Amino acid sequence: MSEATETRPAAVKGRSQFEDALARFRKNKASVCSVVVLLSLIAASLFVPAWLPWDHEEVDFTAFRAPPSIETGHYFGTDQNGRDLLARTLYGTRVSLAVAALATTVSVIVGVLFGAIAGYVGGRTDQVMMRFVDILYALPYILFVILLMVVFGRNVYLLFVAIGLLVWLTMARIVRGQTLSIRQREYIEAAHAAGLGRTAIIFRHVIPNLAGPVVIYAALTVPQIVATESFLSFLGFGVQEPLTSLGTLIAEGANVLEILPWLMWFPATALVLLLMSLLFIGDGLRDAFDPHERT
Amino acid sequence: MLGYAFRRLLSTIPVLWIALTACFFILRLAPGGPFDGERPLPPAVRANLEAHYHLDQPLIQQYLRYLGDVLRGDLGPSFINQDFSVSEQIAIGLPYTLIVGGLAFVLATIVGVVAGIVGALYRNRLGDHVLALLILLGLVLPNFLIAPILQLVFGLQLDWLPVGGWGGGAVTHLVLPVTVLALPHVAHISRLMRGAMIEVLSSDFVRTARAKGLDRATIIRRHALKPALTPVVSYLGPAAGFLLTGSLVVETIFGLPGVGRYFINAALNRDYGMVLGTVVFYMVLILVLNLIVDLLYAWLDPRVRGR
Repeated sequence: MSEATETRPAAVKGRSQFEDALARFRKNKASVCSVVVLLSLIAASLFVPAWLPWDHEEVDFTAFRAPPSIETGHYFGTDQNGRDLLARTLYGTRVSLAVAALATTVSVIVGVLFGAIAGYVGGRTDQVMMRFVDILYALPYILFVILLMVVFGRNVYLLFVAIGLLVWLTMARIVRGQTLSIRQREYIEAAHAAGLGRTAIIFRHVIPNLAGPVVIYAALTVPQIVATESFLSFLGFGVQEPLTSLGTLIAEGANVLEILPWLMWFPATALVLLLMSLLFIGDGLRDAFDPHERT
Repeated sequence: MLGYAFRRLLSTIPVLWIALTACFFILRLAPGGPFDGERPLPPAVRANLEAHYHLDQPLIQQYLRYLGDVLRGDLGPSFINQDFSVSEQIAIGLPYTLIVGGLAFVLATIVGVVAGIVGALYRNRLGDHVLALLILLGLVLPNFLIAPILQLVFGLQLDWLPVGGWGGGAVTHLVLPVTVLALPHVAHISRLMRGAMIEVLSSDFVRTARAKGLDRATIIRRHALKPALTPVVSYLGPAAGFLLTGSLVVETIFGLPGVGRYFINAALNRDYGMVLGTVVFYMVLILVLNLIVDLLYAWLDPRVRGR
């Protein structure tokens, strides 16, 4: 892993930090493969359903519990209700991804604001805010998600806003740490001297300079949320009929694993591919942009 | 050390209070009540029920009553399982959850630490690569996927182990749930342990020990193990929380009569009383476990105590 310090022939033009990091990322084979896998999964989930003769809810009365086969056109087989599993898997992937995107956005907004304010204001405010984070860290957030599910009924979108509101803790910690060092920089002092208020400095000078670490940890949050979503859906709290997600499909498939094995294997493979590629991309980004943070 | 323990204990109390208050009001302010069934109840019955559960009183009074009850160890009534209070249901389920969770905790810690040390000693050799692959699988495969696969292979195809149920606590009934619960933590712990061990083994005091002529086993046992354990110990706190989350799935899949399964059923049936009570109970449990881990950490790393 010494790419970072590798010497290159004297370059004609200087390279930005970003280009440097991109070059490092490209050398990470696992990450590059993962990008390809992830993009294919996204493209498949978006475009392939239009080409399929079956909708994810459509019942094929000639094929109940049909095993995967090329002749019938059900490449992934069908479930007990005659619904095409390929269409359902792709649809489930789409729902899982959409939900992850939504929850990640929420968690980024909350985490960045919380961390930047704690780090910039500092002092007692910082202590209280970060102690609060420490404590929430100790409590398993799934409990609160389930509690919220009980309260709000099974409203999917609300659910994922709720997950987003609960998984911003790591982001807040990272952002606070970065803010502490940004605060010491000359340009903040200059902004201060120019008479800018606290809020303006946080929004105009601190937050834009946090972009790097925020992107990295947002990338690491996505697989966590995909996993949480399937976990909740598996238990019956997440996405419900007529919507479906990978977790819901796996839960249905797990019940009949012995007799209709394909009902679990295909969604499970999709989920594992998704999780693995997201994980590798997040790790690759972290290694490329933030070589000191390696663990 | 005692002062440190006391300070940590004091700082958890406000947290618990805030969390309890938040949960209480979120559940009470929710639209719909526990008695909104498919058919509306006759007003008289409803009024009686509400009076029985004190739901007719002002919210603040309900809250104070609940707070008082919790302080006395009574987590309130269950709205669905009316024959058992929340505390009774938890007391019934707790032994099962603690046995499975405790075994998984011990298993994950021992296997994880040993695997991490092996990985560090055989760094970048075959054993280490195999370990890295296993760690990756442990981190990526969700427990609700591993469990049905293990059930199918070991329960149905090989017919070695029972698929589920408690079976009077027989070892054969425990193997699969404990394994599934422990796997992701084995992965986490061995990764942490491997990293920390590699770092410690390259430090000056280990080189000194080697220069004195100590053999590798003695160096690890006497010098390297304790400092390398610190990141693992700081993970054990969160691990307790993750184990608890995992127990929700494991108890459901393997049909174990633990608290997790009661909690899931209560949540699915919108049993407000049971959900609130179980969440409060879980929070206390987790904070107590974290406190223990903090103390363990302070014992391992004396620098922490001063803070």
